[in-house]
Amino acid sequence: MKFFTALSVGLLASALATGGAAAQEKTITIATEGAYAPWNFTGAGGKLEGFEIDLAADLCARIKVKCEVVAQDWDGIIPALNAKKYDAIMAGMNITDKRLEVVAFTRPYASGMHGFATTKDSPLAKLAGLGERANLDKDPAAAQKIIEEWKPLLKGKTIGTQGSTVNSQFLEKYLKDTVTIREYKTTEQHDLDLAAGRVDAIYAAHSSLKATLDQPEFKNMTIAGAGVSGGVLGRGVAVAVRKDDADLKGKFDGAIQAAIADGTIAKLTQKWFKVDMTPQG
Amino acid sequence: MDFTFMWETFRQLLTGVPLTLNLAFTSVAFGAVLAMMLALMRMSGIAVIEMIAKAYVFVFRGTPLLVQIFLIYYGLGQFRPTLQELGLWTFFREPYWCAILALTLNTGAYASEIIRGGLQSVPYPQVEAAKAAGMSGFLLFRRIVFPIAVRQALPAYGSEIILMVKATSLASIITMMEVTGLAAKMISQTFRAVEIFVVAGVIYLILNFAITRLIMALEWWLSPHLRRPPSIEPRIEAAHV
Amino acid sequence: MQQLSYFELIGFGPKGWGLALLTATGMTLAVALCGFLAGSIVGTFVAWAKLSRNLAARTLADGYTTVLRGIPDLLVIYLFYFGGSAALGAIGGLFGAQGFIGVPAFVTGALAIGIVSGAYQAEVFRGAYQILNRGELEAARSVGMHRWLMFRRIIAPQVLRYAIPGLGNTWQLVLKESALISVTGLVELLRQSHIAAGSTRRPFDFYITAAILYLVITWVSTYLFQRAETHSLRGLRRTS
Repeated sequence: MKFFTALSVGLLASALATGGAAAQEKTITIATEGAYAPWNFTGAGGKLEGFEIDLAADLCARIKVKCEVVAQDWDGIIPALNAKKYDAIMAGMNITDKRLEVVAFTRPYASGMHGFATTKDSPLAKLAGLGERANLDKDPAAAQKIIEEWKPLLKGKTIGTQGSTVNSQFLEKYLKDTVTIREYKTTEQHDLDLAAGRVDAIYAAHSSLKATLDQPEFKNMTIAGAGVSGGVLGRGVAVAVRKDDADLKGKFDGAIQAAIADGTIAKLTQKWFKVDMTPQG
Repeated sequence: MDFTFMWETFRQLLTGVPLTLNLAFTSVAFGAVLAMMLALMRMSGIAVIEMIAKAYVFVFRGTPLLVQIFLIYYGLGQFRPTLQELGLWTFFREPYWCAILALTLNTGAYASEIIRGGLQSVPYPQVEAAKAAGMSGFLLFRRIVFPIAVRQALPAYGSEIILMVKATSLASIITMMEVTGLAAKMISQTFRAVEIFVVAGVIYLILNFAITRLIMALEWWLSPHLRRPPSIEPRIEAAHV
Repeated sequence: MQQLSYFELIGFGPKGWGLALLTATGMTLAVALCGFLAGSIVGTFVAWAKLSRNLAARTLADGYTTVLRGIPDLLVIYLFYFGGSAALGAIGGLFGAQGFIGVPAFVTGALAIGIVSGAYQAEVFRGAYQILNRGELEAARSVGMHRWLMFRRIIAPQVLRYAIPGLGNTWQLVLKESALISVTGLVELLRQSHIAAGSTRRPFDFYITAAILYLVITWVSTYLFQRAETHSLRGLRRTS
C-alpha cells in the first residue's frame, strides 16, 4: 500500500507544482544561455552573471515587474520561446531577418563586431585587416574585398563556430566552399577545441572572443582579421519576445530607450566589455 | 502539418543516415571483440582478471553514456600535450574517433554480459560429447561452443544493435552531423522543432525496423535445425543513456 | 590567476563548486525518482493494456512500446520538451487559461522520463504478472473479490515482488536517462558539471566527478534493491 501512497503523493506534488507556476502571473521569465561570457555566463558555484543579467535587472526595475532569469541551451532557445517555456530571450542574440520570421525583437541594446580568433603561432594569425572594421550593409564592396583576401589563407582549414548563430550563418554564406565549418553547442566548447587544436580557428563575436583571451589558459590565442558587422551578422543585440506579445515588446522598448538615454547601457557595457557598445542610431 | 516541408526535411535528414549507420556498426564491430574478451575474462576463473572485467562492466553500465562521451572528448582534450607525446593525439583530435571510442567502450560492457549468457547456455552434454569425440581447446570452442552461444545470444544482441543505433544520436553533441545533428542544424535554420524531430524519429524507426528484420533473417538462417517461426519478441532491455 | 587544485575546484570554498554539484546530485535523484514513479503508472496501464483482450488497447500499447523502442531517448525528450507544452497550452486554451502555461523544467523532465521508462516498466510488469499463479486468481474470484480488490490484495503485491529485479534495472536506466534531461535546461548533475566545465575550462575534472557521483548512486541503489529483493522473498522457499 505504501507504494500507492507514494504514487499519489508524487502526483499531487507535481500537480501542485504545475498549478503554482501558472498562478504567478506577474513574473517575467527571461532565458539566457549562461555560457557566453561576458554577455551571460555562470560564475563559481553556478550563479548566473554578466552584462545581460545586470541589464535585465535594470530593465525589469524600469518596467516594474519581477523577473527571473533562467539558463537555457542555445540551439533550442527560439523554439522554446515559442513553446512558451519563458517570455523573453536576452542572450547576446542579434536581430536578423531569419529570426524576425518567427519572433519579434525590441530595439537593440548593444552592438559589436564579429571575427576570427586563432592561436598566435597559426598562419591564420596573419589574416588581413586586423583592427579594421567592415560593415556588410554600409560598405558591402569593402567587406566583400576583405573576405576575398582571407580565402587563400583559409583554404581547407577547419573553423569552429557556435551553431544557430549569426556567426555560423556568416560562414555558411561567405566561406562555405573555402573552409570546413564545425558547429558547436556553446562558444565555451569551441574555445576548448581551439586550445586542444581540433580546429584551426574559431569565428565569434569580438566581445566574447576578448573575454576568452583574458583567461590565463588562452593566453596563446589572438584575434585575427578584420571585424565585420551588418548583413547576415545582424542589426544589433536585442530582446526577443513572442510575436503576439506586443505589450511586452513595447515595455522593453521603452525601458531600453530610457537605459540608453540615461547612460546605463554605456556604463554597463564599459563594466563588462571595457568599451562602450551602445547601439548607434 | 506541412507535408511539403516534412518531405523536404525527410530528404535532407536522409543524408545523415550513412554516418549514423557507420557509427553504429563500426562501434558494434569493435565492441563485439571487446565484449568477447571481457566475457572470457569474466569466465576465466582467475579472481583478479574476473574482478577487472566486473569493475569495467560496472563502471560503463553505471554511468550515463553522455558523461562518457564528454569525458572522452572534452575531458581528454585537457591532456593534449601528454597525448601528443604518446602519439595518441591524432586519434583523439577527431570527433569521429572519440565517438567511436565512447560507443565501443559502452557496448563492450553491455554485450559482454550477453555473450557470457550465451556461453553459459551451451549445454554441458554437448561439450562432453565433443570431448569424447576428441575435440579440445580452440577446436572445441570454434566448432561447438561458439556456434551454439552465438545462436543463443543473437536475439539479445539484436536488441543491443538497435540500442546502439539509438545511442549514436548522442554523437551529435560532439559536432557529428548524423541524423540528430542534422535535425538540430535544420531547427536552427527553420525554428520548427516539433516537425523536424518527428521526421527524425520516423527515420530511426525505419532504420531499426529494417535492422530487426535483418537479424530475424540471420536467426532463421543460423537455425536450420529448428526452423520454428522466428521470435524476436519485443525485448526491452537496458538502453544506453 | 593560479590554477586551482582539483580539490579546491570541487570543494566548498569560495571558488569551489562542491555545493552546486551536491545540489545538482539531489536534483538528479529527485527527477529520476519522480520519473520512475510516473513510469510505474504508465507502465502499469500499458502492461494492463497489453494483457487485455481488447484489440484496440493491445494495438495501442504495442504501438507505444514499438515507437519508444525504435527512436532515441534524446529525441523523445526533445519532442516532449518542444511539443509537450505547446499541446498543453492548446488544451489550457480550451479551458480558458491565459496563454502561458508554465511547466517547470522539472515536471517536463520527470514526465519525459516517465514516458520513456513506462515502456520498459510495462515489460517488467507484464513478465511478472505472467509468473503469477493462475490458481490464486481463481481462488480470489471464487471468494467474491472484485477486480480492484483483487488487484490491490492479490495481483499488485505479488507482481511487485517478482518485478523487483526488473525494476532495479529500470531504475538504473532512469538514473542514466536523467542525464539527458540536461538538454532541457534542468540543472541536474550532468548539466551542472557541464556548466562548471565551461566556466572553469576544466572539463576532465568535472566530468570525472560526475561519473564518480553517478557510480556512487548506482552502487547504493543496487545494494538497496538487493535488500528489497531478499526482504520480499523472505516468505518464499527458493526452488533453485
